[in-house]
Amino acid sequence: MKNLKIIGAALIAVGFISVTAHIFYPISFLSTAAELSLILSSLALGGLLIFISRFLSRPAGIDNDNIYRKSLTGQGAVGIAVGIALTSFYLVIYLGDRFPIGQAGQAELLIAESGTILQVKNPQAVDLIQNCPACQTGSDAAGMAESGATEAVDWQQREIGELFPHQNALQKKFAEIQARESSEGQLSFSDDYNFVITLQQVGPAAVTPTPVDPASGKPAAVMVEIRRTDSLHHWATRHIYRMADPLAKVLQGEPANNWFFYSMLYTFAILLFGFRMFLKYRHNRYQLLRTASIMFFQLGFAFLLPNILKLFRQPEFYFSYFWPLKYEYLYPSTWFQALQNGGVGAYFLAWGALMTVVGTPTLTYFFGKRWYCSWVCGCGGLAETMGDPFRQLSSKSLRSWKIERYTIHSVLLFISLTTLALWLNSLTSGAIFGSYSQKLSEVYGLYIGAIFSGVIGVGFYPFLGTRLWCRFGCPLAAILGALQKWFSRFRITTNGGQCISCGNCSTYCEMGIDVRWYAQREQNIIRSSCVGCGVCAAVCPRGVLKLENGALEGRYNR
Amino acid sequence: MTRQLLLRKGKVATISQNSQEMRERGLVIIGNGITGITAARTARKLHPDIRIRIVSAESNYFFSRTALMYIYMGHMRLKETQPYEPQFYSKNRLELVRDHVLRINTKTKQVDLKNGSPLLYSILLIATGSTYNKFGWPGQDLPGVQGLYSLQDLDTLEQNTRNGIRRAVITGGGLIGIELAEMLHTRQIAVTFLVREGRYWGNILPPEEAKLIEQEIADHHITLKLNTQLKEILPDKNNRAQRVITDHGEQIDCQLVGLTAGVRPNLTALQGSDIQTERGVLVDQRLRTNQPDIFSAGDCVQLPSGRVEQLWYTGRMQGEVVGRQIALSAYKKEEDRRLESIPDQPYDRGVWFNSAKFFTIEYQTYGQVAANLEAKNTHVEVDRRKKQLIRLVWEQNGTDDRIIGFNCLGLRLRHDLCAEWIRSQKSAHFVASHLSEACFDPEFYRPAYKNFQTSFFNRFNSRRLF
Repeated sequence: MKNLKIIGAALIAVGFISVTAHIFYPISFLSTAAELSLILSSLALGGLLIFISRFLSRPAGIDNDNIYRKSLTGQGAVGIAVGIALTSFYLVIYLGDRFPIGQAGQAELLIAESGTILQVKNPQAVDLIQNCPACQTGSDAAGMAESGATEAVDWQQREIGELFPHQNALQKKFAEIQARESSEGQLSFSDDYNFVITLQQVGPAAVTPTPVDPASGKPAAVMVEIRRTDSLHHWATRHIYRMADPLAKVLQGEPANNWFFYSMLYTFAILLFGFRMFLKYRHNRYQLLRTASIMFFQLGFAFLLPNILKLFRQPEFYFSYFWPLKYEYLYPSTWFQALQNGGVGAYFLAWGALMTVVGTPTLTYFFGKRWYCSWVCGCGGLAETMGDPFRQLSSKSLRSWKIERYTIHSVLLFISLTTLALWLNSLTSGAIFGSYSQKLSEVYGLYIGAIFSGVIGVGFYPFLGTRLWCRFGCPLAAILGALQKWFSRFRITTNGGQCISCGNCSTYCEMGIDVRWYAQREQNIIRSSCVGCGVCAAVCPRGVLKLENGALEGRYNR
Repeated sequence: MTRQLLLRKGKVATISQNSQEMRERGLVIIGNGITGITAARTARKLHPDIRIRIVSAESNYFFSRTALMYIYMGHMRLKETQPYEPQFYSKNRLELVRDHVLRINTKTKQVDLKNGSPLLYSILLIATGSTYNKFGWPGQDLPGVQGLYSLQDLDTLEQNTRNGIRRAVITGGGLIGIELAEMLHTRQIAVTFLVREGRYWGNILPPEEAKLIEQEIADHHITLKLNTQLKEILPDKNNRAQRVITDHGEQIDCQLVGLTAGVRPNLTALQGSDIQTERGVLVDQRLRTNQPDIFSAGDCVQLPSGRVEQLWYTGRMQGEVVGRQIALSAYKKEEDRRLESIPDQPYDRGVWFNSAKFFTIEYQTYGQVAANLEAKNTHVEVDRRKKQLIRLVWEQNGTDDRIIGFNCLGLRLRHDLCAEWIRSQKSAHFVASHLSEACFDPEFYRPAYKNFQTSFFNRFNSRRLF
């Protein structure tokens, strides 16, 4: 068994070295598909061997040996290092475009008052700016970036608004320029951290010879300088995310971007660590079935299906997520776009709305919130699999419980107000909120959707445990929790007086519930934060806890 | 508040001197284990004004002794084994004193401490727990030889095993012994287990149960020697334990010797006092000692039946009873009418129950299950592969067989239901028929009781009752 551990570690090292090598030396003698397969399989096999050597060397049963004695799982130096690495990874994936690392190109154009482009100083740069060499679809953009060879597009006599057809904000800005009677002085603005655009009014003598607008006969009025910054996101796309191209092209028909790479790794982690759960809890059928369920929903509904839908030019829809967790699914913009495009998009969204309004209360009534939080949801999925070694790090204090109730309901309020504001604004064509509802949704998207849910939610596993988002932020959890507390058949029953107050249940509760408090008083546990993972019942050395669904009446037994 | 309450009730004109004493001296509890803390909580709930101080030499805060093994194994830290946060004690005005009790002076009603000034009490509760047995083996006091009971014993064990010792010998086949074996196993220390009886835990477990546990011990590569006792421990040149000699003359090299041959009441604090003791502190059914205003409860107590109950559960139950009796006694002294709301209940343990875990095998017992049973009074079903066992024990009274006990290994039965069946004297037949209701296994588990039912009904040529 010890040999297996060494071989496993070696394989993982091979995997990591290959990844690092590819990041800095992207050209290899293997095809990218072979390389990707090699990396993933060496990581997978290495991980499996390590898990086998760990858990199959002893008879089946609860084995949490040395969790608090090891640096990784006991908030030691290794744990902190892993936490920093995870957090950094999330920052790059979610917010990589906010970290500029240089300039990707600079172009100057002279435009007429009407917006017609009269002169372009360096057309190659314009192309490079317009078509993100990393994110562009449909062409071997990475190769293009390296070789520098571009097909120069003749931008003369085109409209400035055509320059960036996908950038809505820029479009609007240029439309403003076109609509102006005269442009005065210098305007400078930047959009989505990639562009810095400066507009300067041009006097007739400023540029010689001044090009003239054939339509109006007037000379060029405005000089537009566009600088595109290279960001960490673009660098990562070129050097890291594109490694997943072979898989991305098969599943979704497009090169890999940060989201594909992220969801590929996410699914991989859930599957690999899901197998670890199978080994660790092989004596416990509840854990086996629940883990299998998570793996199924993540692989099927949160990875394969959305990508295949994309392959078939249908909306990339996630059937296992709905409002308010995947808040876009009840945003007016999403609905309008789906209805405009026709097709199945509207039906998908209707499913999402139905799940929020009907499915959620019904299933929660019968099973408690566990049907979603520990059997379906991907956030929970990662927490239960890759997060299993860290579940004991959640805070069990009374103070944390008080804080969580405030924060989680605040987030629910926030997203509810945002959604409502967006709809009101949409239906009154901007009369009530103007651009504020949009701003609100952007703020929510950044701070709650990206930073809280992603960066802190997973990055902080080794610091503060696994379910930070689920416990302190997730608005869907707030709704499910309220339903579980007031109107659900779920509870954790305690077995008479058998509790010995050892504390294993509270220690291993990832939601920070002091399960022991209830068990030693022979009181049923019905808490809004309980996700029904069943680990408390699994680690209890006297079998005092049992997750059950039963009659509503009498479920609060003390 | 008490004064206003009393004045409103028009019963007593002024706060009595006793009431004043309750606030200043109040209740002093020696021992912050499950018994002492449960008594403190109970007394506080029933009597909001009595001063409560809890003295412990062992730890600053109450921790679960049953969890000591998990600290060593790395499942938890000390913090996780503490049932209550520090704020709990201040919120409930339970004063914690970390000190060593030197003696109890029943005349002056004071408890002398090693470091602090003496504690004057109105009511005293002795809940000092147990200490592990040493039966005078030569070499039993050598470094490297220890029992396992207290937090300090755990520290000693950590030091004794820090540098990766090779083998340990554990003497005494009971619960602490097997837990110590499990602990050492997680550090890859080889273990030799000496058991005096002819089977593991031979004075409690029937043969079928013991056999299952012995298989489990073997599966964990622990050398089990039955019918073997420790005779002597020999030191090495550094005067540390290095070899054990058994009563068969066998010599076993080892670097640690675990003394797990039972525990006995810890009576050191009572030395020199006139509180009556025998094997334990002698108490009546209301857990009062022979001295006025002095109670005792838990592991350290010897009940009127002569029994000493050394379980977590009985400690908790006795703590509840004695806490109530203390509140009652305080109100009596204060002539406070609130005493009428507290039932004067003696300690009545009710249907016996216990549980344990032998490596990966959970054990539960309800009622009376003797170690040596006659076949006509019991039926057992064992699944060696799944490591599961169910046993029913009944009492025969003509044609009427009343259930008196349950044992189970590797599966869970509902405590309340089994106790109720025993109390209401249901027939074994009834119980066998309704076993599914008592199943407490997690969802999706295969029903483990079915084989038992099949073999039971086959044996007695009968059918299930509905």
